[in-house]
Amino acid sequence: MTATISGDTLSGGFTEAPMQSARAFREILEVLARPGLIRTVTGAAPPAPLSIAAGVALLTLTDPTTPLHLAGAADCQPVRDWVAFHIGAPLVAAEEADFALGTWDALQPVARFRIGQPDYPDRSATLIVELDRLTNHGPALSGPGIALSTWLSLPETAAFRANRALFPLGYDCLFTCGDRLAGLPRSTRVENI
Amino acid sequence: MYVAVKGGERAIDNAHAWLAEERRGDPAVPELTIAQIRGQMTLAVNRVMAEGSLYDPDLAALAIKQARGDLIEAIFLIRAYRTTLPRLAGSNPVDTGAMTVDRRISATFKDLPGGQVLGSTFDYTHRLLDFALMAEGSEVPSGASAPATPGPMPHVTSFLNRDGLIETAPPSDTTPPDLTREPLELPADRSLRLQAITRGDEGFILSMAYSTQRGYGRTHAFVGELRIGTVAVEVDIPELGFAVEIGEVELTECETVNQFKGSRTEPPQFTRGYGLVFGQSERKSIAMSLVDRSLRWKELGEDFTGAPAQDEEFVLYHCDNIQATGFLEHIKLPHYVDFQAELELVRRLRAEAQAMQEAAE
Amino acid sequence: MTDASPIARKDWMAVLAKAAPARLAALMPDLPPHTTLRNPETGAVMVRGRVSATGAPFNLGEMTVTRCSVRLEDGAVGHAWVQGRDKAHARRAAIVDALMQTGAAAAMRAHIIAPLAGEAAAARSQRAERAAATKVDFFTMVRGEDQ
Repeated sequence: MTATISGDTLSGGFTEAPMQSARAFREILEVLARPGLIRTVTGAAPPAPLSIAAGVALLTLTDPTTPLHLAGAADCQPVRDWVAFHIGAPLVAAEEADFALGTWDALQPVARFRIGQPDYPDRSATLIVELDRLTNHGPALSGPGIALSTWLSLPETAAFRANRALFPLGYDCLFTCGDRLAGLPRSTRVENI
Repeated sequence: MYVAVKGGERAIDNAHAWLAEERRGDPAVPELTIAQIRGQMTLAVNRVMAEGSLYDPDLAALAIKQARGDLIEAIFLIRAYRTTLPRLAGSNPVDTGAMTVDRRISATFKDLPGGQVLGSTFDYTHRLLDFALMAEGSEVPSGASAPATPGPMPHVTSFLNRDGLIETAPPSDTTPPDLTREPLELPADRSLRLQAITRGDEGFILSMAYSTQRGYGRTHAFVGELRIGTVAVEVDIPELGFAVEIGEVELTECETVNQFKGSRTEPPQFTRGYGLVFGQSERKSIAMSLVDRSLRWKELGEDFTGAPAQDEEFVLYHCDNIQATGFLEHIKLPHYVDFQAELELVRRLRAEAQAMQEAAE
Repeated sequence: MTDASPIARKDWMAVLAKAAPARLAALMPDLPPHTTLRNPETGAVMVRGRVSATGAPFNLGEMTVTRCSVRLEDGAVGHAWVQGRDKAHARRAAIVDALMQTGAAAAMRAHIIAPLAGEAAAARSQRAERAAATKVDFFTMVRGEDQ
C-alpha cells in the first residue's frame, strides 16, 4: 500500500471532464484517422516530465480498466501519483499494457508490446511516444487516411515498417510534444526518403 | 433479419404518452412517491437491486415506479443505468461474519452462540389476508425491544469446521472474474458462477433449486445458517493509501450443509453451498446455495446425472432474465421480410409436393 | 497530530460516508472557501463477497458511490468517497475531511463527527434491540416418561 498522495499531483486533471475529454477524444480520433496530421490539445497539467498532450491522452484514453506501462523517466513517483488520483489505471509491465508512455528510447524494445491476436486484433497496445520535436518533416507516410503522402518527424522507420508488416496485428502510436500530438496507426506505410 | 421500417413515429409517440397516463392511473388517487416505494415495497426494491446488480434503493424504487411494477422491466432499467457509471473501484470482500444481524436462524443447530433470531419474518404468519391493511391511516405499528448483546455472531459452519466434519473454504485474494466485463466463458469457476446466480432471475434459480430437492441432482441440503443484516463496504482509496468504509449494504447470506458420502477424490464429510444476495432476499439466497452446491459436482468428484441444475451451461446461460426477456420479446418486433421468405418457402414446397403427387397419379 | 493518523481519519471518513446527506447538510450548512481538485463524480464500486464467507472473492454487484477532492485555502486536502449519488454530500464530506486536518478539528469532531456517529450508533442499537426481541427462548417440553 502506498502512502497518502499529496502536493501538486492532486491538480492538473480535467476541470470539466465531459467537455474536455470529448474534445480531446475527437482530436485523437482525427490524428489517428489522418496520420501525419498534427493537432493541439489542452486541459491537462501533468507533472514533469510529461507533456500536456501526453497528459491529455492519458486522461482521455485510460481508466481503471486499462493497464498502463510507464517507461523510463515517466515512471516516477509524481506521475504514478497523478495517474492514481486522476485516472486509476493499474501500472503494469510492458507485456501486459494496453497503453504505454515514454520516450522512444525508453519504450525500447517495442517488440515486447502486445500486438493483438488474429481473432482479436484490438487486444493490442497503444504507445504514447514523447518526442522533442514534432513536425511534418521526416519519413514519408502513406496508406489509409492519407490522400497522397505526408511526412512526420518519426524517431526511426525500421520499427514502424516491421509493425506495418504485422497488419492487421500490431501496436498503434500517438506522438506527443508539448501541447501537440500526431498519430501513426499500424496501417500506415513508412518510407525513408 | 431486421429491416428498417419507417412510418411509426407518431404512433410510437402517442403510445408512450398513453403509457405515461396509464402509469399515473386515476389522478384522483395520490401519486406514489419514491420514498413510499422504497420504504413500503422494500422487498421488490431488494429484488430489483439484486438482479439489476446495483445497490441503490432510490434508483430501484424509481425503476419500479417507471416500470409500473413490472420488476423485470425495472431490472432492465437498472442494468441500462449501471452501464453509464464509471467503475471507480472494487471493494475489499465484505465480512459477513461482522454483519449487524437483523435475522439469523439455523435449521441444523438449535442452541448456537448468538441464538436463533427470527427478525421481521413472514415465517409463522398464517398467510391470511389482513383486511386491516385496507384501512389506511391506522396506528403506526411498533415492534418489541429487548436488551441486545453487541458483538459479531460466528458462522455456524465454523463450529463444524473445528471438528473437521465439513469442507473448508480457504481464503485467497485473487481478483475475481467479472461477467459484466468479460463475456461468460465455460467452464466457469465458482466465483463466476456465484456472480451469475446472484444476479440471476429469482424464479429461475428457485425452480432449479426445487428440481434438486425433487431428485434431479439431489444434494441433501440443510440450511446451516441464514442471516440477514448490514455489512460495511470498504474500498482501498488510491489517493490515501489505506482502506475506508464508503457505506453499508444489506445482504442475505445462506450457507447450506450438504450430506456427502465421499467420492473418488474426497472423504465423507459435509459439503457446502453458498448464497449471498443484495437486500433481504431470503428465498433467492437459499435457492442460490442449492444451485451453487449442485453445480459443484465435478470439483467434488460426483457423477453427472444429466440433471439441469448440474449443467453449468444450462444454468448460467439461462438464468439472466434480461438476456432472456430481450431475446424472447424481440420476436414480437417486425420480422416482415423473414416471414415473407418463410411464406415463399412453404408455398414452393406445397407446389412441389402437389406436382409430385400429380405425377404419381 | 493524532487527528491526522490513518486510523482516526479512516474512522471519520466512514462516519461521513454513511451519514444521511440531509443530516450532514443540516449540521454544516455553510461551506468554507475551497478549490476543487476533483469535481464530485458518481460511479460504481463493485462489491465483493467471499465464496462460503471465507474463501475466494467473487463479484456480488455494484453500488453507487460519489467521490470528491478539495483543497482549503490553508492547503489542507480533503477526500470523500460516499455511498449514493449525492454530489453535495461528497463535496461536504471532503471539506469536513480537510477541516479535520486543521486547527478546526476539535470543533468539527464535536459538532459534526460525534453527533453523526452517535446517531448512527443509536439507530444501530435500536435495530439490534428489535432483533433481540425476536430471539427464540427454547424450553424443553416435559415428557411423560420423565416423571
